[in-house]
Amino acid sequence: MAPEHDTPPSDRVRGEPQNRAAPLLSMDGIVKSFPGVRALDGVALEVAAGEVHCLLGQNGAGKSTLIKVLAGAHQPDEGRISWRGEDVTLRSPIAAMRLGIATIYQELDLVEDLSVAENVFLGHEPTTAGFVVRSGDARTATAELLARLGHSEIQPAQSVGSLSAAQQQIVSMARALSHDVRLIVMDEPSAALDPDEVDNLFRIVSGLTAEGVAVVYISHRLEEIRRIGDRVTVLKDGRTVAVGLPAESTPTRDIVSLMTGRNVEYAFPERPDHPATGEVILRTEGLSREGEFAPIDLELRPGEIVGLAGLVGSGRSEILETVYGARTPTSGRVYVDGRALKPGSVRHAVRAGLGLAPEERKAQALLMLESVTRNVSVSSMSRFSRGGWLDRGKEHDAARDAVRSLSLRPDNPAVPVRTLSGGNQQKAVLARWLLRGCRVLLLDEPTRGVDVGARAELYSVIRRLADEGLAVLLVSSEVPEVLGLADRVLVLREGQVVHTAPAGDLDEHRVLDLVMEGSPAS
Amino acid sequence: MTQSASPAKEDGGSGPGPGTWKRTAKSGGEGPARTAFFRADVRTLSLIGVLAVLAVIGGVTKPDQFLDTSNLQLILTLASIIGVVTVGMTFVIVGGGIDLSVGAIVALASVWATTVATQEYGFAGILFTSIVVGVACGLVNGVLVAYGKMVAFIATLAMMASARGLALQITGGNTQTVEISSVLDLHARESYVLGIPPLVLIFAAVTVIGWLVLNRTTFGRRTVAIGGNPEAARLAGIDVRRQRLYLYLLSGLCCGIAAFMLIVLSGSGQNTNGNLYELDAIAAAIIGGTLLTGGRGTIVGSVLGVLIFTTISNIFVLNNLETAVQQIAKGAIIVAAVLVQRRTSTE
Repeated sequence: MAPEHDTPPSDRVRGEPQNRAAPLLSMDGIVKSFPGVRALDGVALEVAAGEVHCLLGQNGAGKSTLIKVLAGAHQPDEGRISWRGEDVTLRSPIAAMRLGIATIYQELDLVEDLSVAENVFLGHEPTTAGFVVRSGDARTATAELLARLGHSEIQPAQSVGSLSAAQQQIVSMARALSHDVRLIVMDEPSAALDPDEVDNLFRIVSGLTAEGVAVVYISHRLEEIRRIGDRVTVLKDGRTVAVGLPAESTPTRDIVSLMTGRNVEYAFPERPDHPATGEVILRTEGLSREGEFAPIDLELRPGEIVGLAGLVGSGRSEILETVYGARTPTSGRVYVDGRALKPGSVRHAVRAGLGLAPEERKAQALLMLESVTRNVSVSSMSRFSRGGWLDRGKEHDAARDAVRSLSLRPDNPAVPVRTLSGGNQQKAVLARWLLRGCRVLLLDEPTRGVDVGARAELYSVIRRLADEGLAVLLVSSEVPEVLGLADRVLVLREGQVVHTAPAGDLDEHRVLDLVMEGSPAS
Repeated sequence: MTQSASPAKEDGGSGPGPGTWKRTAKSGGEGPARTAFFRADVRTLSLIGVLAVLAVIGGVTKPDQFLDTSNLQLILTLASIIGVVTVGMTFVIVGGGIDLSVGAIVALASVWATTVATQEYGFAGILFTSIVVGVACGLVNGVLVAYGKMVAFIATLAMMASARGLALQITGGNTQTVEISSVLDLHARESYVLGIPPLVLIFAAVTVIGWLVLNRTTFGRRTVAIGGNPEAARLAGIDVRRQRLYLYLLSGLCCGIAAFMLIVLSGSGQNTNGNLYELDAIAAAIIGGTLLTGGRGTIVGSVLGVLIFTTISNIFVLNNLETAVQQIAKGAIIVAAVLVQRRTSTE
């Protein structure tokens, strides 16, 4: 998109000459669909040797899918990948690794019980006669790699479980470097690091690029991208919206617009014109969890939707789960109708009228082998049973009514839940709580994995439920969603509420500034 | 499983879970999916097919002996004891657990119920003790797994060793003969109902109750839910731990019943009773279509699995083949059944 003729600092010029020649990696027109979702819809990425190429995009933009394609973990449905000028297929992670592409995932994939050296050389141990591991050689080589990374204090014989998160990341990097690596993908490497450790990470990254290794760097923190990035590619809704922007000189505002500017305008339902005035249903008092979020006071009234906006790791999901009793708070209480809930008891919360639609729908909410009926009725089985004996006719009718009131399709609840689209699966979860007669609905990323077209309908369902008197606490990493749907928004950054305002007084840029930059200093 | 992916509106549409489902006629042909007691799904049919093939093999190799009424009665009687254990095991596995201690619990319950002291209380004493010992062992398993957060494999492995050891301690390695005629008479020919041995009737009753509990009660639903997705079950407000405890209690109860049946059948209690029942019960459940990872399983499948194993043993015995060959055949059948299921479930 934008040309890259700005004057970068001296250590960045290196990427330029090679850049003019064939790029190290070029991906074009990459398409990857999962059942119900087109995760990548024509993505392009071009990385030159020796550069730090930043990949930006909101959650769900397709970053993770893209790096999994690059790592050989996902096979693209369409598209072309060329490596050093030749077309390649990355059939498996091993194939990608052989080419020299290493990926350091956000969740580190180390074996905690093995030593540092064993982890670094896992799968390609130096051996004698093909199977006798030369542990001494592995340890020596590991020590060299660690020294190169500036972390000679990590002992190769130490077990990985005894290391800090930052040190584990170094081990991951050493593992990547133990291969003949030309491209390292780092997925939010700084997320778990202290500022000092981030400085060290950047030193390592500069060292690598100086050796001609390319780095694809994913981060939500714009200030980091400014510090070490050469160029930026922005993804949105599975598409590339900007290629090769200069990392240093592109204004924040432009980057944010690219990340958020929408092709599809979401239709959000009308808000009621008067604020909710009923008695407070849900209240938290100094609710906190050490290391996750600072004490938070919330109040929800019937008919009100309150949104929590923030990035991954800002504590938003943790707050929701703590309110629900799925996590035990370090301090503070949750009150429903003025009565305190038993901390850490989901059953108590459910009985008091809370319902959660969790972030990971398939893993945390649905019984994938079962029918919609059974998924819907699971929280209110006592209503359809006498002495433990189920009245399945009654159960079916109630599930059908709940399903129809949400216009879930197909409207026959006897079908297996796994055959539904993401949006309809989410409706099944909502139907569960409707049937239960829940009064406070906690929604964690309600439109994750839901097709863009189906979102508007889900929004109007959520608004209607609020109009019918439910209180809704909404968490979403999609800022427009929070702003469009909620009445009131709490902006979170690193476990702290940094701003509270009626949704109408905020705009997307303001919120993104708050969650990404945080303090006015940056 | 297979058909549910291709809903056929004409014959009632697809239902949840495996197999074809029949709908009730009411509410415009759209009632709850009916789980027929005997679901005619591919897996069940193939198990019946295997059983039929075995019957033919038995009939051809030993026509006069295999099809003899007393031989069929024998097959069913032998299947009854392991069958009752398998019903309990099916619940545990569907609920996402495993119970390796069933054989040892059967042994312990059978010897405890046949000590001289217990026998003084007669029939009721033996029945009561068998069941209480079984349930008590199940309670220990359940508490360790559900509340002690021990891995089921380990907790029940420990129970397997301890219960077997305690059984040996009680008997000192001797066979404890039962002298009470009311107990022994239960297996006498005169007690047969329409030619069916009472032990088989007990098995049938346990099967029917087990099926009803799994398919028609909240208990069954919770079992499936905690086995299929414990996290989702927890977040849906189900008390996952308590349900887990109940499942091991249920398994222990089944072991107690099986121990009593074994006492009736053998007229004695031995510390070697129930040897390798855990493997037979798990294998029968698995070939019957129960997912070892939990969340899916059928009582009918498990019972068919038991019948298949018992019939194979019978045929081998009738043909004077070695147990070694018999065990190899069992192993092959388990592998074949799992491979077939994998194929049908990946669609």
